Amino acid sequence: MSEAIVYWLQQALNALQLGSIYALIALGYTMVYGILTMINFAHGDVFMVGAFFCFLAAVFLGLPFAPTLLLTMLGAALLGVTIERLAYKPLRHAPRVSAIITALGVGIFLENFTLALAPYPKNIPALLENVTWDLGGVSLSSLQVIIILLSLGLMFVLDYVVHRTPVGMAMRAISWDKTFVPLMGVPLDLIISVTFAIGAGLAGAAGTMYALAYPVIDPYMGIMVGWKAFISAVVGGIGNIRGAMIGAFILGGVEIMVAAFFPSTYRDFVAFTLLMLLIVVRPYGILGKPRTQKV
Amino acid sequence: MRKALSLLLFSVLVSLGVTAWGAEKTIKLGVIAELTGDMPAVGASCRNAAEMAVKEVNAAGGLKVGKEKMKVELVVEDNAGKADQSAAAAQKLITQDEVLAIVGPNASRYAIPASEIAESSQTVLITPWSTNPKTTLDATTNKPKKYVFRACFIDPFQGGVLAKFALENLKAKKAAVLYDVASDYNKGIAEVFKANYEKLGGKIVAFETYTTNDKDFSAQLTKIKDAKPDVIFLPNYYNEVPLQVQQAKRLGITVPFIGSDSWGSPELLTLGGADLNGYYFSTHYAADNAAPVAKKFITDYEKAYGAKPDDVAALTYDAFGLLFDSIQSAGKADREAVRTALATLPRYQGVTGDMKFQADSRDPIKSAVILQIKDGKFTYFTNANP
Repeated sequence: MSEAIVYWLQQALNALQLGSIYALIALGYTMVYGILTMINFAHGDVFMVGAFFCFLAAVFLGLPFAPTLLLTMLGAALLGVTIERLAYKPLRHAPRVSAIITALGVGIFLENFTLALAPYPKNIPALLENVTWDLGGVSLSSLQVIIILLSLGLMFVLDYVVHRTPVGMAMRAISWDKTFVPLMGVPLDLIISVTFAIGAGLAGAAGTMYALAYPVIDPYMGIMVGWKAFISAVVGGIGNIRGAMIGAFILGGVEIMVAAFFPSTYRDFVAFTLLMLLIVVRPYGILGKPRTQKV
Repeated sequence: MRKALSLLLFSVLVSLGVTAWGAEKTIKLGVIAELTGDMPAVGASCRNAAEMAVKEVNAAGGLKVGKEKMKVELVVEDNAGKADQSAAAAQKLITQDEVLAIVGPNASRYAIPASEIAESSQTVLITPWSTNPKTTLDATTNKPKKYVFRACFIDPFQGGVLAKFALENLKAKKAAVLYDVASDYNKGIAEVFKANYEKLGGKIVAFETYTTNDKDFSAQLTKIKDAKPDVIFLPNYYNEVPLQVQQAKRLGITVPFIGSDSWGSPELLTLGGADLNGYYFSTHYAADNAAPVAKKFITDYEKAYGAKPDDVAALTYDAFGLLFDSIQSAGKADREAVRTALATLPRYQGVTGDMKFQADSRDPIKSAVILQIKDGKFTYFTNANP
């Protein structure tokens, strides 16, 4: 292969890895918004706590990769449900801005709580033996393969759950109407909890994979990644699951390409300018549909 | 009205006099350290060494200032790893706690803002670890600041040492650099390295940047891999270097890495593990090849805190040594007198080597060492003078 092709294939792989992680987090934002029309700003910090769960499972329990991942997802899901029950449910009928402020507060709480327990950055041990294959000049690491395949797998499972199962149907129904759907026997609180559990569980999975790919974790790691995932969700059309995935891969791709072409200082600047332009052209995001507000 | 005012003034003076008379004679010294934020290991080392230095002096009865002995009181402020909080901490120490002098902050991006406050408030500030030339230079006139000193060498020196080391010891003719463009220290030393390396006949094949708190360096590292360097220079802090090295290895990069004194925290080894084995960095002192003065410090520190002192700890200890000596030779607890004494201090024998301030500079003249990471330990490799 010519060197230019090798170079660009390598960059495309980098983009795919970054996009996969953004996508897993973006799903949580989009699902909660879809159901409650609320932006859960604490979600980036749930992702951070997920990375710390991964640290606990891997270092203190000494677990291998698969149980670590499962335990982290479970822990994060539990955290998501707890946050919803304690912080958001009492505010379900309050003005929406109150819920958003609460979400920001929960995020800051999680950051500082973690900071109080773990002031030093933590190192995640290599849970998987890292093999790097050389495919005609393109380096492909086993970690990359696992991150990309696992993320895609989880996304397909989620897509199936939402579009093909009774629970998914209930979620979609509630996101359509919160007053009459419960009257037909759909348990509102349970479905909302399930939504938070799935969203937070995916963030936990993202936290594990992020911690494996970038194995130095700290309590503030969720802020920027969380914003980027949120923006991915908006670009894809917030509330739309497939849109969030597309948005995340676009953002990952743009970020890598900008850093490849320009000095990296321009990365966020160019990436976010492009995304703003996209929003100007399609205000509801790529797959979002304009929805008339009911008064 | 006038009478009332003079009466008030009088009573204030009297009360001031009384408190000065009644209180135990102490000297307040301030420390600004990165206790929280992105480099807490640096702040912890700084605070530990400061507390140790003060405890030693107080155990010996205090400092001999003029005719009397005075105890030292330490006021430690956290800058939370933020530039604005560093300036605020300096302000608080100077105006509220009324300290005689300040030691810290350590990283250049925090030391520079704090130094501005110290300079304008005419209070001595010694930064233990900030190697960026700008810390002790006035931003507008480019002349040395009057009140800001440091206990370490500066980046033009360190960059020169590293450029020479890469070319002569590693025989690397092509180098790549990846550095944090948003951080004064990293940017300064990257540029100095580039200039020196090219002057000595080397070629910089990639000069890549990122921004503080980035975690993904894959795009830049792919570019570096494409440029085929013989060595990669990472003048970045210990919390980011492991990520960069690990990601580079995953991309199939096999050439050696070199670093600067920002690597010198034991945290680097905890975070990076075996991935860093065999690489070199320049720093202020080698714990395993220290002078007799340093041996006592190292054993005492290990006894007190259960870890080998890193370069921040050693430099903080030296900063306090410099300060104690100049307070004693000034003979009074006065900011201006201490400043003059410090600037004209004769050769000081510190843990990190001998140092002395030249008449027109606040940067001490001292040498550097190159350490190698071997079996999870920092090992002395060679001395370096450019």
